[in-house]
Amino acid sequence: MATARVQNIDSSRRAPQLEKSRTGISGFDEITRGGLPKGRPSIVCGGPGCGKTMFAVECLVRGATQFGEPGVLMTFEEPAEEMAKNVASLGFDLKDLMARKKLVMDYVHIEPAEIQETGSYDLEGLFVRLQYAVDSVGAKRVVLDTPEAIFSGFSNQGLLRAELRRLFRWLRERGLTTIITAERGEGVLTRHGLEEYVSDCVILLDHRVSEQVSTRRLRIVKYRGSSHGADEYPFLIDEQGFSVLPSSSMRLNHPVSRDRISTGVKDLDEMLEGKGLYRGSTALVSGTAGSGKSSLSAHFANRTCTDGKKCLYIAFEESPAQVVRNMRSIGIDLEAHVKKGLLVLEAWRPTQSGLEMHLLQIHKLIERHKPAVVIIDPITNLMGGDEHEIHAMLMRLIDFLKAQQITAFFTALTSGAHKEIEMTDVGISSLIDTWLFVRDVELNGERNRCIYVLKSRGMAHSNQVREFVMTDEGIRLLPVYVGGGTVLTGSARLNQEAHEMAEALQRKQNIEERRRSMEQRRKAVEAQIAALRADLADEEARANGNVAEEEERERRMTQHALEMANRRKGTSIEKRRGRIAGER
Amino acid sequence: MKASSGAASKKSAGDGNTPIIEMKLYVAGQTPKSLAALSNLNKICKEHLHGRYKLQVIDLVKKPQLAQTDQILAIPTLVRKLPVPIRKIIGDLSDLERVVLVLNFKENGGAK
Repeated sequence: MATARVQNIDSSRRAPQLEKSRTGISGFDEITRGGLPKGRPSIVCGGPGCGKTMFAVECLVRGATQFGEPGVLMTFEEPAEEMAKNVASLGFDLKDLMARKKLVMDYVHIEPAEIQETGSYDLEGLFVRLQYAVDSVGAKRVVLDTPEAIFSGFSNQGLLRAELRRLFRWLRERGLTTIITAERGEGVLTRHGLEEYVSDCVILLDHRVSEQVSTRRLRIVKYRGSSHGADEYPFLIDEQGFSVLPSSSMRLNHPVSRDRISTGVKDLDEMLEGKGLYRGSTALVSGTAGSGKSSLSAHFANRTCTDGKKCLYIAFEESPAQVVRNMRSIGIDLEAHVKKGLLVLEAWRPTQSGLEMHLLQIHKLIERHKPAVVIIDPITNLMGGDEHEIHAMLMRLIDFLKAQQITAFFTALTSGAHKEIEMTDVGISSLIDTWLFVRDVELNGERNRCIYVLKSRGMAHSNQVREFVMTDEGIRLLPVYVGGGTVLTGSARLNQEAHEMAEALQRKQNIEERRRSMEQRRKAVEAQIAALRADLADEEARANGNVAEEEERERRMTQHALEMANRRKGTSIEKRRGRIAGER
Repeated sequence: MKASSGAASKKSAGDGNTPIIEMKLYVAGQTPKSLAALSNLNKICKEHLHGRYKLQVIDLVKKPQLAQTDQILAIPTLVRKLPVPIRKIIGDLSDLERVVLVLNFKENGGAK
C-alpha cells in the first residue's frame, strides 16, 4: 500500500503536471503539490462552522496580495459587510483590497418570500453579475460562497441544476480558478450533489469533537489529473489564517548530518562517544516524575543558546517563568537567552486542544522561529488518545523536524513500575534515535537517579549506568558501583568509594614497601659484588707483582754472574761453571 | 425593448387618489423569455392598470451594474417598487392570472 502510493507520486512528478494555482495557505499547497487546479472550479465542502468560507476567502486574499491575481467574492448567505467583519479577525482587510481594486464582493441575496414564479426563467442575472464583477478588476479567482442557497429561493430544482452546470462550464471557459463552498449533506458530500458537476477537485473539511476536544481535518476527496495526499490532515484557523499540517513525507529520505552537537552535559556527551547527539536526530529522555528530565532539557537548551543557535522550548507542565526560576537553581540562566531572542519558551496546557492542534501549533512556532533545536517537555502529555493516532502524529512531527535538520529533544514521563517503563514507550521507540533513560534506584533508604543510554543510532555509545547527580553547577553523571547484584548509588556509593580509597591506599603502601625492600636488597647485592671485585683486583695485582719480582731477581743474578766472570778475566760462564763443577 | 424604450412606454395618470404603480422589468438581451415577459406585461397593464403605472425595462447586458444593486438573479424579473412592499415576480409572466394576483393590481385601482 505504502509503496504503491510512493510510486504514484513518483510517476506523477515526472509526468507533465496539471497547471495549478497556489492558494498561499500554509500546508495546503504542499499536500496538493501546488495548489488548486488553475482555471477550474473546485469544491470545498463540510458541515456548518468547519471553515469552508475561511479557506475560500484566504485563498482569494492571498491570490490578490501574494500572487497578483485579483478576485471576486460572491456570497450567497452572508452580506458583504458581515463577511468583511468576520474575516478581519484573520487579519484580512477586504475593504482595503476592494479599494485597491484587487477584490470585488457581491452579495447575492435571495428572499424566497418576496419572489413569485410565473413561467419560465433562467439565472442569467447571476452570470451578468459575475461577468461584471470579473471584468471590473480583471479577476483570476472567484469564490462562490455556498451557491446552493439558491435552491431554497427557487422551486424549479431541475432548472437550477442545469443553470449551475452551465455556471461551472462558464467559469471553466473563462479560465477562472474558482472555489465553490458547499454544505455537507446526510451521507453525501454536498447537500445538492454539486460534486457531480465539479469533478476537478473536491476538498472535504471536517470538524470533529472527541473527548471534548475538537479537531479540524481536511481531506482531498478527489483531484482529477493530479496526485495528492490522501490522508486526513489536521488544520487550524487562527489569527494568521488557515494552516494545514502536512503529513509525514512517505519516503524516508531526509538529509542526514554527521555533525554532532553537545547535550550541554559533559558527562552525557562522554557517554555518546564524547561528542553528543547527531544534528537533526531525535532524542528522548524518559523517566519517572522528578527524575531530572527537565533539567537535562534545560542544559541542552542552555548549551544550544550559548553556541548562538536558536532553541524552541515547549513546556507542557510549567509556565515559562517557572521554568526559568527552577533552572536558575541548578545554575542555568535561561532568561538571558530569552532576552537575546535565542530561546523561545512557550507553554500551554496540553488539555487545551487535541493532539493535532498541538502539533500544528508546534509546526507554526517552528516555521516562525526556525530553531536549530526543539525541546518538548514532556511529550507524553500529548498522549491522551488512541495509541495508533499518537504514533502517526508523532511520526509526522519527527519527520518534519528531520526534514528541516532540527534536533529534537523530547522528554517522556513514565509511570512507576520498573518493568513497564520500557514497554509503554515502545510505540514511539522506533521513531527515536537516541533514547536516554533515567531511573530511580531505591537503596538503603535513599532514592537516587541512574541514567543510561538505551539506544543511540549510529554511534558506539556507552553501555554504562551512571548516577545522575544534580549539583549547583549543573548535572554530573558519575560512574556507579555494580556489585552483589545491586547498583550502588548515593551514600552507599560514597561508602564504597571511601572503602575503595582505603583499599587503594593500602595497596599503594604495600607496593611502596616492597619496592623499598627490593631496593635495599639490590644495594646489598651490589655491595657484595663490589667487595668481591675489589678482592679479585687485589689478588690479581699481587700475582702480577710476584712474577715481576722473580724476573727481576733472575735478571739481576745473571748480571751479577757476568760481572764476576769479567773480573776473573775472561772465563766464560760455561768454563767457570765447568771449573766450579771440577773443583768440587 | 431597450431601457430607453421602456422609459418611453412609461405613462402617468392624472387620478390623484389612486397610487401609481412603479415597476421595473429586468431582462438580459432580446431572448424569447424576455420578449414574452414584456408582451405579457403589456397585456396585463393594458387590461388592469389603464395607464396608471410606470414601467422601466432594464437590459442588464447594457447595464450590468444594476443587477447587483437591485439583487437580480433570475431573468426575467419583474419588480414592483411601489407601492411597498416590494414584490418580485420571476419568469416570463405567462400565468397572467397569477401575475395580477401577486401584484395586487385590482386593489390598487384596477377594479375601478
